Amino acid sequence: MTTRTLLRAALLAGAALIGAFGTDVRAAGSMIVTYQSDVATLDPAVGYDWQNWSMIKSLFDGLIDYAPGTTEIVPDLAESYEISADGLTYTFKLRQGVTFHNGREMTAEDVKYSLERTINPATQSPGASYYDTIKGYEDVASGASTTLAGVTVVDPHTLTIELNRPDAPFLHKLALNFAFVVAKEAVEEHGADFGKNPVGTGAFKLAEWTLGQRVVFARNADYYIADRPKLDEVVFEIGQDPSVALLRLERGEVDLLGDGIPPARFVDVMGNADLAKQVVQGGQLHTGYVTLNTRVAPLDNVAVRQALNHAINKDRIVQIINGRAVPANQALPPAMPAYNTAETGYAYDPEKAKALLAEAGLADGFSTELYAMNTDPNPRIAQAIQQDLAAIGVTVEIKALDPSVVIEAGGTEGAAPMIWSGGMAWIADFPDPSNFYWAILGCGAAAPGGWNWSWYCNQDVDALAGQADAMTDPAQAQARLDAWTRVFSKVLADAPWIPIFNEERFTMHSTRIAGDSDAIFVDPVHIPVHYDVVFATDAQ
Amino acid sequence: MAHGFKGFVRDPLAFAGAVTVALVVAAALLAPMIAPYDPAEQFFDGLTIEGAPLPPSERFPLGTDLLGRDLLSRLIWGARASLTVGVVANGAAVIVGTLLGMIAGLARGVVGGAIMRFTDLMMAFPALLLAIALAAILRPSLWIVALVIALVNWVQICRVVYTQTTALAEREFIEAARALGAGRARIVLRHVLPHLVPTILVWSTLGIATTVLLEATLSFLGVGVQPPTPSWGGIIFEGQSYFLTAPWLVFFPGIAIIMAALAFNLVGEALNDALDPTQRGRR
Amino acid sequence: MIRFLARRLAQAVVILLGVTVVTFALAFLIPADPARMIAGRAATVETVASIRHQLGLDQPIPVQYARYLGRLAQGDLGRSYAQKTEVVELIGSRLPATLLLLAGAIFCELAIGLPAGIFAATRRGRFADRAVMTLSFVGVSAPQFVVGLLLLYVFAYLLGLFPLSGYGGLEHLVLPALTLGLAGGGFYSRMTRASMVGVLGQDYIRTARAKGVAETGVVLRHGLRNAILPIVAMIGIDIGLFMSGAVVVESVFGWPGIGQLAWQAIQRVDIPIMMGVTLTAATAIVLGNVIADLATALIDPRIRLN
Repeated sequence: MTTRTLLRAALLAGAALIGAFGTDVRAAGSMIVTYQSDVATLDPAVGYDWQNWSMIKSLFDGLIDYAPGTTEIVPDLAESYEISADGLTYTFKLRQGVTFHNGREMTAEDVKYSLERTINPATQSPGASYYDTIKGYEDVASGASTTLAGVTVVDPHTLTIELNRPDAPFLHKLALNFAFVVAKEAVEEHGADFGKNPVGTGAFKLAEWTLGQRVVFARNADYYIADRPKLDEVVFEIGQDPSVALLRLERGEVDLLGDGIPPARFVDVMGNADLAKQVVQGGQLHTGYVTLNTRVAPLDNVAVRQALNHAINKDRIVQIINGRAVPANQALPPAMPAYNTAETGYAYDPEKAKALLAEAGLADGFSTELYAMNTDPNPRIAQAIQQDLAAIGVTVEIKALDPSVVIEAGGTEGAAPMIWSGGMAWIADFPDPSNFYWAILGCGAAAPGGWNWSWYCNQDVDALAGQADAMTDPAQAQARLDAWTRVFSKVLADAPWIPIFNEERFTMHSTRIAGDSDAIFVDPVHIPVHYDVVFATDAQ
Repeated sequence: MAHGFKGFVRDPLAFAGAVTVALVVAAALLAPMIAPYDPAEQFFDGLTIEGAPLPPSERFPLGTDLLGRDLLSRLIWGARASLTVGVVANGAAVIVGTLLGMIAGLARGVVGGAIMRFTDLMMAFPALLLAIALAAILRPSLWIVALVIALVNWVQICRVVYTQTTALAEREFIEAARALGAGRARIVLRHVLPHLVPTILVWSTLGIATTVLLEATLSFLGVGVQPPTPSWGGIIFEGQSYFLTAPWLVFFPGIAIIMAALAFNLVGEALNDALDPTQRGRR
Repeated sequence: MIRFLARRLAQAVVILLGVTVVTFALAFLIPADPARMIAGRAATVETVASIRHQLGLDQPIPVQYARYLGRLAQGDLGRSYAQKTEVVELIGSRLPATLLLLAGAIFCELAIGLPAGIFAATRRGRFADRAVMTLSFVGVSAPQFVVGLLLLYVFAYLLGLFPLSGYGGLEHLVLPALTLGLAGGGFYSRMTRASMVGVLGQDYIRTARAKGVAETGVVLRHGLRNAILPIVAMIGIDIGLFMSGAVVVESVFGWPGIGQLAWQAIQRVDIPIMMGVTLTAATAIVLGNVIADLATALIDPRIRLN
């Protein structure tokens, strides 16, 4: 029997590391973050956009979290956990004395309730299906039951979760917002408005929400990690145009650009030494790709798909977006485990592309359509792709449309021959290669309403991926990643996508705020920043 | 009309306007011959290393856009889409609006009421929202965009014409004409339409600029003319947030829209002088 | 007068019902599925189907419409798909800002447009006339996003006369209202000029002049009074045009109004918000038109109120 226990020590070590630099910084001060769009909801079971995703992470906690600035799993509300040898039973020891914002102590019952609530169809959670390996999922998801058979409360501070089948990324799934712990009484009190009245155990609590204008987070003085949060207050100013937000940051009126540096000013900012030093650059778990619909002629021919892969000048596309990305040669982004550093992908070679087309009997090229989201820079990228394909004789008509219309076309069989994914997909929800496969390349997602817009389905690859996700023994971790590398090599050979680039993140913040390391400004799971560990340099 | 034509030649501004209109039309018709480059060609040397557009230079007289394309060529080709929208769509809207407005204003009764209630219904929709919804449902193309703009725009002029026509209908000279047994057509042509000319001309010339901009807004919202087809408004919207760093992207197409609208307006005013009943025979 | 008003208000209700029918139909013709937008990219087909069922989107459209009307009768505009909040609450929280902006914009439009138009009309054909009319053209033709950012950059960023963004005092209102007012002012100045030119050529004006009435008196008392009709009719229309401008201007100046709400709703196919905003705007426009009709009648007693 292999057991693995991660102790509080791991977390304390992390905290100590932060403390070593942060001891002279008293917990005080505030920061102002700007956003253009309204905050949709702060309900962890429901919120699923990049804006509320990290806000929710500061109001709620889950059993599992990541060390700030990294993708390293650490226990959070769980003090420790054990996984059975067959990978089917997880036992969590909960931290004692953790209280909700309303003062009540959090127990194992709350954890169970929160998972059941997410899976319950009445909650309409977009993340419910991540928990489909938990025993009893089907009954709750279908509405037949409201209690999860696989989740057992052993005592107020011990919880077991039983799975139907081994699920290697299960801990990552527990670190998702959808598994965060909510206070049942607050959910019952506010009903559908819980998202506007969130009650969790997080480092901050909601202090004010003026619709369309301001959201204010105030420090949770009872937070179980003693030196967090480092600010008294985080103020989100909503409805701010990104260009105006940047002007305000230059004047010192705001501290962080939630929507990033507006593209129109990017070259300008990076060329100005004073401004550029307020920018932190990092990678993110993102790939921008063109889907090639394997069920639409002539893209159903793998040689044609490979030809198109050879036709795209990715360096030029990266130049068009001012170098805010790196060219991609495979589906996985470089920061993702299982990324194949030896892979070179399909080189830019229009002659070879033409030769492949000729072999496929399409020496004169063909006509097709490319769908793209209609906001800058996506139509521009689509036009660059259009010009590259024209060079090998492929005539592309661009459909630059509302994202909801593009998504609908992508999930309708035979509707969209090609889609440029920019602005709509895919940033990983958790740092595991499986998250880049099942929903966008797996056979199960090649269905009406799915996100496998290539309608790619290779049963052999699916089987290999299934085997990889059944490898739950920590000793097999490397073997599992190797298996995933093989999965993505096979995908690359089948060429259902043209991987274009991996977006880089550029977070701009005022000199008033800082972190122990710049990594918190490009935290892989907290976008734009890990709010809990930011501190104000001018706080007294 | 001989009078109007002489007036044209005599008024240098009107003449300049007519020449500008002719130039814009010529640019639209002859675009393949006079544009220095293919408007869709993305030049490798059309962007800086960082990917920023180039300011005007010898090679690119008006600079390049965000994809390294020649802005001058795009403006010349863009005259096609913009004229289609500004003249055809706007013209259709003005004609339909004027006719319905006059009918409603003179007919009153059931017909007039029905027309006005329908315009009330149409007007009650915010124009932009209605255009977005329509354009999202229909497949976006230049002619669909023109149709949508015409559908949205006829209502306002109809309403203004209606208001003026009802006022006119109460006036002594119309009553007099009625009493004298003048036919409806005669009343409309001789007594009502001439008084509406100034209003119609203001609306149709102003409409050129506003419809070109509405097309631009639709392009920007992704329900307009599809890329890479250039239109003046579309060019402005693509580059509008860059106006601090690359002002030529907004400045030149803006000038094109304003100049063309102004030229149409000057021509319209000259026509107005020629047709205005209060001016007739007084020179 | 009372009967006229009652009839116009009854008509307004019918028009608004028509608006709900058309908006509802349009919303369902848009080729996008709100259930999918709610369900998100990780959802299974079953999840989407379940959400569709819960929202009643699997019902025939007439049934859905009837349900909508039933709720509407109770003042319930439904709950936003994306924001999970009551639409009444969302619109209610943003309506004051938009109404304030509307008032500011109309004030700027009239303050710019009327004097400019009268001035140009009295100097018809002269240089001053040409100059004013050309400027009005620039006002109408300039994209509001650019005008807004330019005003903001110069007066707020460089000169620091106004705040860069926000909502609250008069100092926040000036720039967004001016941005809308410049375009609208261009429109009004041209309408006013055209109308004034027509009126100033009339016989009774020449009579007044011949009787020795001072020129200012002629222009303001006799001219403007008659020239105002088409301008008053415009104000009802203007509310509709304003909504289009508000989408852009509110976003530039961070103004927490309905325009921003509408724009976000369109992007997310948030049908309840789209319906609610359209209905709110439609109500404002219809009321504006009733007021315009009423004002027209008050100014010009020759128009029969029927």
